[in-house]
Parts: sequence; C-alpha cells; structure tokens
Amino acid sequence: MRVPPGVSSADFSAALVQFEQAVGKEWVFTSDEDVALYRDAYSPFWGEKDEIVASAAVAPDSVEQVQQVVRIANQYKIPIYAISTGKNLGYGGSAPVYSGSVVLDLKRMNRILEVNEKNAYALVEPGVSYFDLYRYIQEHGIKLWIDVPDPGWGSPVGNSLDRGGGYLMANYRNHFDAHCGMEVVLANGEIVRTGMGAMPGAKTWQEYKTGFGPWVDGIFSQSNFGVVTKMGFWLMPEPEAYLSGTVYLPRYEDLIPMVVILNYLENTRCTNGMPDLGSPLLGVGMISDMTKGFEEKLPAPNPELSALIAKSEIGKSAELQEYALQKGIAYWSCQLSFYGSGKANAANWEYAQEKFSAIPGAKFEQNEFYKLPLTPAQREKVHKPQFGIPSLAMFSIGARTPNNPTPLNGHMWFSPIIPRTGEAIFEANRVFHEAAKEYEIPVLSSFSLPSCYWERAFIYIFAFPVTHDIETNQKNRAAFKKMVRTAAEHGWGEYRTAPAFQETIMNTYGYNDHALLRFHETLKDAVDPNGILSAGRYGIWPKHLRETKA
Amino acid sequence: MRKTKRAPMAAIVAIAVVAGMLISVTSIAIAQEQGPQPKSAWTTSTPKSEGEPRGYVQFQDYCAVCHGAGVGKPGTIALKEKYKGAEPALLAERTDLTQQLVKTYVRNGISVMPFFRKTEISDADLDAIAEYLTRNNKPGAR
Repeated sequence: MRVPPGVSSADFSAALVQFEQAVGKEWVFTSDEDVALYRDAYSPFWGEKDEIVASAAVAPDSVEQVQQVVRIANQYKIPIYAISTGKNLGYGGSAPVYSGSVVLDLKRMNRILEVNEKNAYALVEPGVSYFDLYRYIQEHGIKLWIDVPDPGWGSPVGNSLDRGGGYLMANYRNHFDAHCGMEVVLANGEIVRTGMGAMPGAKTWQEYKTGFGPWVDGIFSQSNFGVVTKMGFWLMPEPEAYLSGTVYLPRYEDLIPMVVILNYLENTRCTNGMPDLGSPLLGVGMISDMTKGFEEKLPAPNPELSALIAKSEIGKSAELQEYALQKGIAYWSCQLSFYGSGKANAANWEYAQEKFSAIPGAKFEQNEFYKLPLTPAQREKVHKPQFGIPSLAMFSIGARTPNNPTPLNGHMWFSPIIPRTGEAIFEANRVFHEAAKEYEIPVLSSFSLPSCYWERAFIYIFAFPVTHDIETNQKNRAAFKKMVRTAAEHGWGEYRTAPAFQETIMNTYGYNDHALLRFHETLKDAVDPNGILSAGRYGIWPKHLRETKA
Repeated sequence: MRKTKRAPMAAIVAIAVVAGMLISVTSIAIAQEQGPQPKSAWTTSTPKSEGEPRGYVQFQDYCAVCHGAGVGKPGTIALKEKYKGAEPALLAERTDLTQQLVKTYVRNGISVMPFFRKTEISDADLDAIAEYLTRNNKPGAR
C-alpha cells in the first residue's frame, strides 16, 4: 500500500481505521486494484514514474461524514483531494494534484435537495451529475432547462467550481456565474454557508447571490480552500421557441466588423444563445455541426480549394479570395441562436439581419424554428446541449469514428482566452500557427476560430492528444508548456487546465511579482494551516510543501 | 416518488447513477440538516423502473449514453467502425461477450472510454450489467 508523502505508516493506518469508522469500511478504498480507479484516465504522464496517483480513497455519504474525514485528516496531516463525479477528463479526471493524496470521493453525495420551478433554481450535492438532474426534472415534469457542458456525466458542482461553460443564455452558460449559494466544509471541519445562506433560516439562499459583506464564493473555485458540499444554481425556464439563423460574409476582412456587430447584438441581448463561428471556405465547421462529423465519413475536400488554402498565408490570399467570390462560398459564417417567444425571436433575427447588412454582400439563412419542447425526432437532429439536454456525443473526439481510424487514449485542452475582436482572431492564428510549427505540434487546422462560451471574450480550445506512448506524451507536454508561454507573451491566459500544467499557468498570472498567487498562499495558510486540502490545485501549495519545493 | 416506465425515449436519456443500494439513508441525513428543507429526498439511486432486470436498468443508466442506439453515441459509433458489420455495434445485441470481458473494460477503460470507480458502478451493479450483456450468449460461451 502506498503511504502519502510525509506521513508515517503508523499514522496512515490509524487514519484509515478512523476513516472507516466515519464512512463505513466498504467506502474506504486501499487495495491497488481499487485505488487504480482513481488514476486520471487521460493522464499525460500515463505509465511514467511522475504520474500523479492517489494513495487511497474515501467516499463519504453526507456532510457530517465529510466533516469527520476532514478532522481526521487534520489530526494526522493526511493530504486529501476532493472530487465530485470525477469526470473532469482532460482537466485531471479523478486523480489528485499532489501525488499520494487520499481522494475524497463525493460521488455518493448524490441528493437533489430542491428544484424550485417557480423561481427557477436547484440545490444539489456534488455527486449529482447533469444526467441525474436532467432525469429528475423530466420525471417531475418541471419546465426548467439546465445549462449543460458538452459532457453530461460531470456534475453542476464540479463543473462550475472548475468554471466550465455551456450553450444557453449568457447568464446560464457561465456555470460559475449561474451558481447561487454554497455550503462549504472548511479544513477545520466547520461548515460555512455563503451568500444569504449565512443567515439562519434564510429564505433566499438560492435567489440572491451575494448576501452581506465580502462575497467569498469565488475563492472556492479553482482552488483548495474548502470542500463544497452543496451548491445552488439558477436554471433557465423553458422558452416557448428556438430560432437559429446564420450570417454569411464574403470577404476575409469581414471578420472584423462581423465580431463588432455580433458583440453589439449579444451585449444588448438581441441574440441570447451562444453564437457559433465558422468558415465555409476554409472548412472550419461550427461546434453545433461537429458531432455530425462523428457519425459519417466526410466527403473528400475539393482538391482545387485545398491547394489554394495550403498556399495561402493562414487562410489569406488574393487567389483564395477570388475563388471564394467567384464560387459564392462564404469566408465566414456566424450562427445566432434565439430563445424566447416565437414572435420575439423572429423580430430579433430580423433586426440582426439589418445590422449585419451593413457589411456588403452579407447573406442570411434561417435554419431552424422549433416550438419547444422538442419532439423526439427533433431531439435526434440537434446538438443536445443547445437545448439543455445532457449528452456525451463530444466524447467521439479522439475516439474511433468513420473519420478517425486510430483512436487516442485521451486529450488535454489548451484553452487561452483572447479578446472578442476579429483582429485578435487573426493575430492568434498567426501566433499559434508559427508556434505550432516551431514546437512541432500537429494539432492546428488551416485556420482556427474561437468559441463564444464567454460573453465578453473569445476562447480557443485546442485538443492536445494523450496517448500511452511515453515519448509522445513527453513531447506534447513540453509543447503544451511552450504554447502557454507563447500565449502569455501576447497577453492571453488559459481559463482552466489539467494538473500537469496548473503551476505553469498560474505562474503566467504573475503581475507584480506574483502578488495574486502570494495572496492565495496567504489565504491557504490561514484557512488550512496543515495544508491538507487538495494541495497544489491550481498551483496553490501549502506552506510546508512550498518550502520543500523551494 | 413517480415511477417511470422504460419507454424508448427514456432509454435514450441514459444516466450515470450510483449504486442502487444506498437509498434510504439519505432522507434521514437531510432531515438532520439545518437550512432549507428539501422538497424531495430524490437521489440518483431512486428506483426508476419496476419489472426490468437490474442489469438492463443499470446498463441504461451507466452505459447506454455512449453505447445506446441513436445519434451521438461515441461507443456505438466506435464499435460500428471497428467491426464494420461483423458484430453488432450495439453492446446490448452482442452474443459473444464474456462477463469477464465486460468487467475488464469497465474497470480498465479502452481508448477514450475511462474506467469507472466503485462509487459510480458498484461490483454488484457491474455483475448485473455483465450478466445482462451475456444473456443471449449460446450455452457455454460465458
């Protein structure tokens, strides 16, 4: 049996016995076979001695048991690492950040405590997945939508604490922003409730976010200051109808005014779903179309066009522009989504067309009008997360499909945030293409368009492959780190990352001699003096480990 | 608690659920909590069908979201591509799987399919799933 670093075998054995007393013998996992299930299935260190692994796992069923486990860990100074559903694949899975930690597996805490239809919110525990919450809502005939991320097996609690995103209106698709009220077990075992929840008998814990005084919720996301045991979320009332329309623009330079108009329309809430960018000319598909490419063999690209693209300077050349205009193929497309009343959607789409008509040659296509809820046949046609329906369709990325005969073992995401401008898209393409060539990363297509999950910034989400070949993984890890540095040199920072890169990325947020990280460390030392909680998560190490590392 | 029938639609909405036996403790734990009283003690373990074999129900909950029928099922797509018709793409239609093979894949993963922890799929649930997926095997094939 593996013993956590810095802990004696005797102390570890004593702690395990007490863990068993707290949660029940069958919910403390110590055998190699059981502990192996807490590896990161997408670990970029797979099979290497540096792979981050757990020493044991303990799975409480209630907040009282979490308190007990935390107190025992404090007594014996056992490093513990909290996970919810453990499905944060590509960002660490169910493995800890500090090798040898005991995983605190909250999957058994799977209660849906409340779904309030009238005021459109839910209160859930960490082990509740998006599929679970969706099923509950369907079974109870509740007319509320959940904003789901692409993989539905994660949890609202875990995904929002890692600051994931989805597809619906901006105030829902930022999952951390959409939360309202937390319950947190601190390192000393004490329970804190945030926002209105701090008031005994509060009537609006899930209805008013900030309560009174400092709003501390943010420090429990992407961090290690407490174990979140309950969390409230605002849900979206089912709209009457959905409409989507696509704008097509003919010229390379049109991308710049396109983003300006898009931002205006989104920030004034004319369009209210996640916009989706594409390039019909360069073969850059929209996210909502991506899953279709998993189902069937895509037609071979037009050789004449492919040759022109290959000769172009990252998607730009006079010949390519000429070809596009001649053949009537749009350079750019932007799909807009409208949720609301059928009449309002139609009026908003009309207004959006008026605005985009300022760009010469703009063309428009109305795609879908759905009266909601969707019929079963419609559900099979759509990208489900755009309708608040959890799915795993995106897990075909890297899997065997008609277009991918050689499946991978996983992926890790390089996901920098860039400004929401066309200029930034052009610059990012130039920078990332040059960097990819220099670092020999074969991941970029002819041109890359960002996603619009966040309402005031673009995000690129590049998949780095994870294999079971050590040399390949080593090479990709090194390239990933170089990309992080290159991005930072241009003022672009990652929004989230896997444990392998958390420290590297935290170091790019180094303004004023790492004042922010030093502040995190001050907090860490104050609220978790023994440094037992999720050491190293997002680059925040407790004092005794900072000293060892120094 | 409303019971749902396993209509074809329900099968499409497959769910990752925790072990079926952890049910009733939950309402007690909640009652002891202060704060808003939950309207329901619904947990992911709340039974949702009657009369279906456990393995079928667990398969729908844990596996069908990737290995079920319909579009957007990465497991089904991958197996269709792998066998190209030599074996059914749907796991539930296979007659050549052994119980051990099912368990090996669930606990070891394959390609981008991760392995599943015992807090997600208990050994007892996995036994039931393995039994369900080998139900149509010819005698002696298990």
